[in-house]
Amino acid sequence: MNRIIEKEFFSENVVRLEIDAPRIAKARRAGHFVIVKIGDTGERIPLTIAAANPERGTITLVIQRVGVSSRRITELEVGDELTDLVGPLGEATHIENVGTVLACGGGVGVAPLLPIVEALKKAGNRVVTILAARTKDLIILEEQIAKYSDEVIVMTDDGSYGEKGLVTDGMKMVMEREKVDQSVVIGPAIMMKFASLTTKEYNVPTVASLNTIMVDGTGMCGACRITVGGKTKFVCVDGPEFDAHQVDFDEMLLRLNGYKEIEKNAEQDYLNNKDK
Amino acid sequence: MAVTKEFLKEEREQAWRVDIRKLLKNKERTALTRVHMGEVDAKKRILSNVEVNTGLTEEEAMAEARRCLDCPDPTCISGCPVEINIPKFIKRIEQGDVLQAAQVLKETSTLPAVCGRVCPQEKQCEAQCFYQLKMKKEPVAIGHLERFAADYERESGQISVPEVAAANGVKIAVIGSGPAGLAFAGDMAKAGYDVTIFEALHEIGGVLKYGIPEFRLPNSIVDVEINNLEKMGVKFENNFIVGRTATMEDLKEEGFEGFFTASGAGLPRFMNIPGENYIGILSSNEYLTRVNLMDAANPKTDTPIVSGKNVAVIGGGNTAMDSVRTAKRLGAERAMIVYRRSMEEMPARVEEVKHALEEGIEFLNLTNPTEYFADETGRVSKMRVQKMELGEPDASGRRRPVVLEGSEYDIDVDTVVVSVGVSPNPLIPSSLPQLETTKWGTIVVDEEKLQTSIPEMFAGGDIVRGGATVILAMGDGRNAAAAMHKYLQDKQNV
Repeated sequence: MNRIIEKEFFSENVVRLEIDAPRIAKARRAGHFVIVKIGDTGERIPLTIAAANPERGTITLVIQRVGVSSRRITELEVGDELTDLVGPLGEATHIENVGTVLACGGGVGVAPLLPIVEALKKAGNRVVTILAARTKDLIILEEQIAKYSDEVIVMTDDGSYGEKGLVTDGMKMVMEREKVDQSVVIGPAIMMKFASLTTKEYNVPTVASLNTIMVDGTGMCGACRITVGGKTKFVCVDGPEFDAHQVDFDEMLLRLNGYKEIEKNAEQDYLNNKDK
Repeated sequence: MAVTKEFLKEEREQAWRVDIRKLLKNKERTALTRVHMGEVDAKKRILSNVEVNTGLTEEEAMAEARRCLDCPDPTCISGCPVEINIPKFIKRIEQGDVLQAAQVLKETSTLPAVCGRVCPQEKQCEAQCFYQLKMKKEPVAIGHLERFAADYERESGQISVPEVAAANGVKIAVIGSGPAGLAFAGDMAKAGYDVTIFEALHEIGGVLKYGIPEFRLPNSIVDVEINNLEKMGVKFENNFIVGRTATMEDLKEEGFEGFFTASGAGLPRFMNIPGENYIGILSSNEYLTRVNLMDAANPKTDTPIVSGKNVAVIGGGNTAMDSVRTAKRLGAERAMIVYRRSMEEMPARVEEVKHALEEGIEFLNLTNPTEYFADETGRVSKMRVQKMELGEPDASGRRRPVVLEGSEYDIDVDTVVVSVGVSPNPLIPSSLPQLETTKWGTIVVDEEKLQTSIPEMFAGGDIVRGGATVILAMGDGRNAAAAMHKYLQDKQNV
């Protein structure tokens, strides 16, 4: 169980893992996530399911190295097992034919965006997808996204690939030229904040998939809580997707930094110990 | 599986019991005074997670056992939600046969070492003890004796596994591995069923593992009792959320015929006051899960925790006491209980409050938070509270706290643990639309049989009661097992 079947590097710090998990592969829908724990002393971290193959009994996770736990999991090799893997968790994405959808993925946010784009396309929508990253090397899954998109626009901060500019520049361009009925944004919290401010200007209803701190992922602790429309919600059971125009992103950004210092030190310790 | 009066009478007339009763006259027994359990000194114990109560020695246990009068009508049993044959196990201790005493506990209880530690005996068995009821004396220390017998057996290395009936091949699914699920599984395994417990977390035990701290209930002790269930043939599947990982329909297709839902009341409540989402404000569930389940205070583990110098815990229940005492052990300079009623109304066990006071916990009673303030990084730095006074009794019979106008003041805090109650976990009900629930989200059951609106599904513990106690959950587990056994037998005979 939970054995790694395939491992692929998208870039130096972004890894795709295909994992044997037949039950989760069968039960999951677009938008669902899992909680993973590596080793007996590991922490529980949430990761969105990027793809699933029910016939093969596998799920795919895309992980960016940002700290100790993401390093631990990306250092596993084919044949290794994830100590703990539970899911699928969260509410699945609400999918219907709304007309034209503008799907925006920032960095590894493109991985969780992929199943949503696929489902939206299969539901009959016209899908325009924007892939955004700092630089060319960090653009992932372009081919797979293109398969389910009517148009793909690539934006890089440094112009090393596609158009030069931020995700919001691409979004404005699309919304200026055609009527967009719905937008989906997934990426770093700061990117989702500005993307949703942009769609608000154009009155385009927008869904964001939030990536808060989680512990259990089943609604029993409230570590992942955020304010949506003035009310406290738990991202793990009420989300992870919410009406982006109702989300208090500033609060979310603050809460994400709650353990920043500890996390940074832990990563440094981890790297130091590894060198020894 | 119920304990009848006739059965108890028959057992009481056994020769060994009659002999022991003859050893001392009742007058001599009642002249003895209650033995008190040793405790690790407060100054020492707050430096680690060491268990506070040290347990009785064999001599102490035998001395205390002599106080029990072996009453013809043992009222104590009626105070025990799992109907432990109390006089029988106590008389085995008096006889000096502690291993036999431990076996008596296991006739009806799945987790004696746990219950002996965390049950509020003062409200249950010991409240119904003859000494307490008729003589206004300190009751027999039933809880301490139960703990002694279970610990003695475990330490002897000769743990007995309860007898299990011949396998009947009927597959039963238990949803949740907390005290209700474990008690249910134990009884069903004894009756010959093929039982699998499905647990959402990576560890078995529910609140016994993530909630109750090591200084009250060491996880190693919970594991021994879980091991015992394993030896009885109970299977465990962790990281498995029924309704998500697989549906009830999927499990039916895999041959499961009976379901017991014991998914608990894990959803924490917040007060919805301004600033409650600042960094450093956590639910007691999160705080305790990080420390107990994830061992976050241990530098060798990956899960972080910010321990805090000035920690305020909001609430007055056992969970609040566990949280504030945990904060003290994590190095808090001020660890405070902030409770809107007075000491007398506190729902926490008297013993836990006493221990907390000894450990230097401050009690800010008749005090309620109204708002939080943060520093420039978003971390909580101040808490505004108002003073309360007690007014007329409310529906629950407790005097209602009323705000004292103009009494507001601020307290410096860097960690706040909100412990104002829990709601039923919605995961199971939300995956089964045909399951009848109340407006509070608890599952509706037939009171006696604990059967839900889905005939093959029974439910018990906090998912039916809302936040209650470990032992009530275990009692539900036992009752549901008896009822499901009857239901499945009747179904077979039709």
